[in-house]
Parts: sequence; structure tokens; C-alpha cells
Amino acid sequence: MSSRPSRAFPGRTLLIALYCVFTLAPIYWMVHMSMRSNEAITSTFSWLPESLSLANYIRIFTDPAWYGGYINSLIYVAINTLLSVGVALPAAYAFSRYSFLGDKHLFFWLLTNRMTPPAVFLLPFFQLYTAVGLMDTHLAVALAHMVFNVPLAVWILEGFMSAVPREIDETAYIDGYSFPRFFARIFLPLVKAGSGVTAFFCFMFSWVELLLARTLTSVDAKPIAATMTRTVSAAGMDWGTLAAAGVLTLLPGALVIWFVRKYIAKGFAMGRV
Amino acid sequence: MNEAPCSFHRGIDGMAQIQLIDLGHSYESRPASSRPARAHEADPWALKPMTMSWNDGGAYALLGPSGCGKTTLLNIISGLLQPTRGRILFDERDVTALPPESRNIAQVFQFPIVYDTMTVFENLAFPLRNRGWHAADIEQRVREISAILDLDADLGRRARGLSAEAKQKISLGRGLVRPDVAAVLFDEPLTVIDPHLKWLLRRKLKQIHQQLRLSLIYVTHDQTEALTFADRVVVMTHGEIVQVGTAEELFEVPEHRFVGEFIGSPGMNFLECAWDGNSARIEGIVIRTVSAMRPARQDSLAIGIRPEYVQIVPGPGPNCVPVHIVSVRDVGVSTMVALEVAGRSAWAKLRAPCALSASERTFAHFPPERCALYAGDRRVA
Amino acid sequence: MNGPKPVNQRAWWLVLPVLVSVAFSAIIPLMTVVNYSVQDILGPTQRVFVGMEWFREVLRDSELHGALLRQLVFSGAVLLIEMPLGVALALAMPQSGWRASLALVLFAMPLLIPWNVVGTIWQIFARPDIGMLGHALTQLGFDYNYAQHSMDAWITVLLMDVWHWTSLVALLAYAGLRSIPEAYYQAAAIDGASRWAVFRHIELPRLRSVLMIAVLLRFMDSFMIYTEPFVLTGGGPGTATTFLSQYLTQKAVGQFDLGPAAAFSLVYFLIILLVCFMLYSFMKDIDTRESP
Repeated sequence: MSSRPSRAFPGRTLLIALYCVFTLAPIYWMVHMSMRSNEAITSTFSWLPESLSLANYIRIFTDPAWYGGYINSLIYVAINTLLSVGVALPAAYAFSRYSFLGDKHLFFWLLTNRMTPPAVFLLPFFQLYTAVGLMDTHLAVALAHMVFNVPLAVWILEGFMSAVPREIDETAYIDGYSFPRFFARIFLPLVKAGSGVTAFFCFMFSWVELLLARTLTSVDAKPIAATMTRTVSAAGMDWGTLAAAGVLTLLPGALVIWFVRKYIAKGFAMGRV
Repeated sequence: MNEAPCSFHRGIDGMAQIQLIDLGHSYESRPASSRPARAHEADPWALKPMTMSWNDGGAYALLGPSGCGKTTLLNIISGLLQPTRGRILFDERDVTALPPESRNIAQVFQFPIVYDTMTVFENLAFPLRNRGWHAADIEQRVREISAILDLDADLGRRARGLSAEAKQKISLGRGLVRPDVAAVLFDEPLTVIDPHLKWLLRRKLKQIHQQLRLSLIYVTHDQTEALTFADRVVVMTHGEIVQVGTAEELFEVPEHRFVGEFIGSPGMNFLECAWDGNSARIEGIVIRTVSAMRPARQDSLAIGIRPEYVQIVPGPGPNCVPVHIVSVRDVGVSTMVALEVAGRSAWAKLRAPCALSASERTFAHFPPERCALYAGDRRVA
Repeated sequence: MNGPKPVNQRAWWLVLPVLVSVAFSAIIPLMTVVNYSVQDILGPTQRVFVGMEWFREVLRDSELHGALLRQLVFSGAVLLIEMPLGVALALAMPQSGWRASLALVLFAMPLLIPWNVVGTIWQIFARPDIGMLGHALTQLGFDYNYAQHSMDAWITVLLMDVWHWTSLVALLAYAGLRSIPEAYYQAAAIDGASRWAVFRHIELPRLRSVLMIAVLLRFMDSFMIYTEPFVLTGGGPGTATTFLSQYLTQKAVGQFDLGPAAAFSLVYFLIILLVCFMLYSFMKDIDTRESP
């Protein structure tokens, strides 16, 4: 094993332990709520649920609108993540390596798109997508979400790309690599951590966006968002089902981060060039 | 100058002795044994267990192709890597368990490592500040080293915007400021330096070696760099040290087939031969070699001779074999002749321009004192 | 670590896809909003151009001032807590192995929950009678009730935000730390640097760009925050936790006053723009001051 310099600092274990407890507590509570009835939730307190009832989950799985919503959300989120990251990679490279007319202004202007509350885009998107017949499609939501995800992706990737020494680019060109081959074979593996974290954030922000997703869809591409907000009925808020749905939304995201974990945790080994 | 805490005082000639005792390293958790890997297995040993000692505190180069284990060995010597087995001794002191900062060594990496936020002066002063030196002593020492490295002009500048070559000098300088440093280890340090600046840096390194009497260990895959820079070269392949010697020794007397092939441009010719009980024969012709020893094994024998020593002669004679000339090329200082000998290809590098032409059939003479017999990979006679 | 960038106008081709995908969506809505903000929408077909009237009214609104102040305090607190905490967590997280994977999954979880569910869960979680947190605090002797005490409501909203969003900072910083080549740590070890020196001279400088993104993101998201506090406290008790976006929505939706609402949207956007630009310039300035 390598005598890697110790990265520990006093209180490290305690900090992590405390934060894990802090993070898990509301999640535990959510699981806890999902296994109880609404009456139980709103009336009595208990540390453990009375019984491990899966009633709320069954209600979700037997309602086609619910799991249809999951699939729909997964589809447009996947499309969005692929598009956002794909479009952002070359742009981030350009910002990181070159200076061109208006580059600084363009870079900051990109960020301004993320500063605008999605509500502002609601009406124009509604009109636009109705006009081109894209209403109620996965593509519509995927495209709409690019407004806030692409700037994020460009910003994060640019930061990571700028940390790669430019000598690597030059050495590759001297060795005869064409740009696409250099980018795919040499450069991208060096920004694995940045790509991993970017992909996850694009996924995450698209996954939790409710307003645009709900407005631009009606039946065919209806996401979980719509069904989430449907939990208020005449009998009051359906706490248990909402909690169960919340637990279920964790799963795809957990899978995504599990999938990209090697990318995020991958160091930049300044190995042989 | 205040006493920098160090338990070891540098000898007059740098680190006089480095000993490796049964030293081996594997990147896997449990290498089965030290037996050689069979053909179908991936060898678990990145560095095969070896025992050797380097005794003269000079400048060494670790030479070999990518993946041969030279960087692994370097990192074990510097202490950045703990060997899976074996021990390493500096001047008879067991340093195997010591971290790098206690080993009196400095290391320069392939990419220049500088502290971006500090000036050149602060970079050089950093190791001394960490050791608790007084400011006046630091100032004196830093100026001493920056004078040697020609960094005086840049002392007040931020390290960040300097050229790669200047940054490597700073990396080196941080190692040199510590008076207790006895050896400096280099991991392919000239990789990112502009070609026309490489020789400048190399000359500077030689100067430092002579002036400061430090041992230098230099890892490279470039034989020219190794052969011009080092007193002695350690040639490695597949995790093994195959030969240690001066440039001349490696050229004239390669102990291992790999050394013959790797050193020299082009490498040594290896011509398969048969053993008739008494001597080696190529196509039936007896080839005498520099030594009259009998090889212990008689399979996979080959005669090794460098292209520089092959002579083209018009007719048969002792140690002459018929050859077929494939091509002749004038490369300025010499003429490269591609030959076909007994069905194998070989090279001759002739000093004088010759009146040969392709497709000719003639003879090649292999002077016995330049021939060596190889069984398998090892030189036997 | 890289010097100045070479000029190359052909780089625009690399940027074009991004431009196309984002360009029209920024200009058109802004035009719409600008359009509304200078008109009095009396009815579907009746519009009167009123110029800067709405802007003046908006800027004079005292309720707005209150919401703005609360918002600024909130965003400030969020940054002060989440940035150092996120960085500390990134430094503390395991670097490899199953422990790192587990930590990543755990940290990702709060981020993945839809924001209305976050608010809903915390609504029960923090109730002194039926919620885990509320119950625990009451057992410990605190007179805790976020529906009645403004201070408790503030603390709960802050705590919820820290729980929800610190992971973002931590994940960004973690990825940034993983990108630092091992050789830097090795060189620092040979130089005899202390753990603090390694952080100050190696890790922090190389985290700069990542931290800038984190600060800008957290600022703008916290400044625009709506769903979570609205679901948790409804803005109360009273207007104690009514932040800017809730105030805006009340004005637009509740009173259906499109004109002032649009004017306010623009002002809102401009404030965010201004602060982000200041933060961005400030951090870039530190960057350039470090270069020769």
C-alpha cells in the first residue's frame, strides 16, 4: 500500500458521523410515515411505526398513473441529462481553452438563464410548444429543462477542464491525435470527476422540477410531479402516500449516483502522458 | 545556521550506499509467490523481488519502457510507496518504514509541482519554514540555492505564471534547500519541457550533481537522456533489473537480450544459431564468440552482434555468413544496410559509404571479439 | 496553473449548440415580462401603457422591503453555514472504497426528493406533538413550536435548507478534491507540510472554481426559494418567514395584478443578477490578483 499522506484532521470521524445521523433522520421519518395511515401520522407520535404496513406502496403500484408517471419522468430526465451534458462538453472546452470575441459575456449570460425562476418561462414555453405541436411530449420537458441545466453543466465542466494542464493537449497534438480522438480518448477521462458530478446534478435538477414538467404535459408524458401534487383530496392531505412516493423517488437518483460514483471519486492520476 | 533536526548526516559523496534486500512490490493484495508467472497469467509482481546494492553515490538512471517498474522502484526508494516485501537500506540504515520526509531525499515529478499562491522565494522557503528554521537562515539558504539554479531574477514573482522549465527548477529547488538531502530522485522530469530547453536543464542537473555532491536517481524511458546523464544506468524490464553498468558496458557487453535490443539505434542483432557440441553455427558456419565458454543450456541460442560491428565482405571466411542485402540507406554519418541472414532480418551500420546495392548477395563478417552467445535471454559466452 | 488563453474565434463553433438551446428561451420570456411590466392589464384586450409607474410603486412598497430584508438575511445565513460545512464534509469523506460509495449515496438522498415533499415531511417532522424532531426537542426541555414562534420557524426553515442543500456543496467540493493530482500531496509530504498547510496552499486554491459555482448556485437558489418554506410554514407565523418569491406569488396570483407583478419580477431578476455579478467579479478578481 502507498504511504499516502494522511488526509485526516481532528474531528473528522465525528463530523461525518453526526452529519450522517442528521441526513438520515428526516429520511427515516419519511420511511416511517410511509408505513403508517394518515390518521396515525396526524394523531400520535411514535419512534417506530406501529406496523410495517406497505399499504401506501401498494396503492401507488396499483395506480397506473403513479408508475406511469415514474417512467415518464425517467424518460425526459434521461433525455435532458444526455442532451445537456452533450451540448455542454464542447462549449466548456472552448471556454476553458480559448479566448474569443464575447467569451466572458457569453459565459456570464449563460448563468443568468439559471437565475430566472422557471415560472417566468411558463407562458412562453406553453405558447411555443403548442405552436410546434410538442405539447405533452417527453422532448418538450427535456428541452425546457435545458434552460437551467445547460448553464450549470457548462459552468461546472469548465471549472474542471481548466484544471487540466494545457501541456497535455499540446503533447497529444504533437503525437498526431485528431481533435475528436484526443477529446474522447485523452481529455474526457481526465475530467471524470467533473463529468460525473455534472451528470448527477443535471439528473437531479430535472428530476425535481415540478412546475414546467406539470404545465407542459397532460396525459402522455405526465410525470411524477403531477401525481405528487394530486395527494390533496377532500379528506385532506394524503401524508402516507406522499411519503411513500417520496421514498420511491429516491431510488432512481440513488442508482444514478451509484453508477457515476467511480467517476466522481476517480482521482486525476497524473500518469504517463 | 540552526541545526535542522536530522538524524542522519550526509556523507561526503551523497548517499554512498543504497541496498535493496529481497525487495519486491505487487499492486495486488496477495501475490501468490515469487515464482515466475506462467504465460497465460498476468504477472502480479510490478517489481520482482530482487537483492542488490549500489555503492558509489553517483548519478544513476533507471531506464526502461513504460510499465517496466522503474517508477515503482523510484517511489519505493523515496518512500511514497511501501514495498510488499523486502527492505531498503540507505548507508546501512533501514528506512523501509520511514516516510519520505524522514529519508533525506527530494523528488521531482513529471509535471512541475509548485505552490501557485506563493512567490518563488516562498516556494523555496516552504520546506525550511516547516522545519522551524529562523528567517535569516532561510533567506541565506534560499538565495544560495536560487543562485545555483539561476532563479534569482524570479524570486519575487508568483510561481503560477512561470514557464514549465522554471517551475521544474523550483520543484528541484525545494528539494535542494534542505541541507540534509542526500539524494534527489527524478521521475521523467523533462517530459513537459520544450525540447530546446531540455539540454539546458540536463546540464544544470549535472552541475548540481558535481557541485553539491548529491546522489541523483533519474527515471526515464529515453535512452539518450539516460546514457548522457548518468554515470551508471540501471536497465529494467517487466519488473526486473536486468543490468547495471556504464553506458559503455551496456553497449559493449549487454548481459540481457533486452539490453541489447533497447540500447543502441538500432538495437543489437540477434541471430539464431545451433550448437553442434563444440561451437555455435549459423547456416552451418562456425561462429566464434568473444569467450570460449560452453553454454549451460543449448536451446534458444542466438548470436548477438551490434550493427556497428558488422562488416560486409566480398567472400567467405572465418566467421562470415552469406547474406542477402535488402536495402541500403545513407543517413549522413553512416550507412544503414538491411540484411537477410539465414532467413532472419538484421542490420549493419557502416561508417564509410559503400558501393553496395539492394538485392546483392554477399557475405557479412562478424568479428569474434564483438560476438556474444545468448541462451534464451541471458548472455552465456 | 495554465497561462493566458490563445485567441481562437473558431471556438464559437463549439459553443453554438449551447447558444441555440438556451438563447431564445431567455430573450422571449424577458420580452414578455418587460412588455407586461410597462402596461396596465385591465382586461384581456385592454392594455394601457403606464411607463415606469409600476416600478415606482414596487420600490415604495413597505411589505416588499420587509420580505427583501428577510430574504437577504436568509440567503446570508444559508451561505455562511452551508459553504464551510460542505467543504468540511468533502474533506472528511472517505476517498475510495465502499465507504466512499456509501457516503456519496447518502449525501445524494436529500437532493433527490421533490421540494414539496421535502417541505411536507419537515412539516410533520418538526411538529412538537407528532414529529420526531419536535418531540425530541420538547423532551429536552425546549419550548419549541415553529407555528407559533417566529424564531423557531426561522431555525426550522434554515435547518431544512441546510439538510436539503449542503450536500450540493459537499459533492461539488468532493469532486474538486478528487481532481487534485496525488503528486501534490506527495510533494507536500516531502516538504514536511502540516495538514492545515496542505489545505491552505494546495486544496483551497484548487477548489476555487468549484467553490465559486457553489456560492453562486446556493445564493441564487436560496434567493429564489419558494416551495419548501411555503409548504413548511406557509410564510408564518404571520409574515416571519415570508421570503421574496412567496411575496411575489401572492401579489401576482392572489391579487392578479400582472403589471406590478411583472415589474417586480424584473426587479427581482435584476437584484439576483447584480449580486451574482458582484460575487463573480470578486472571485475572478482574487484569481487574477494571484497571477503575475
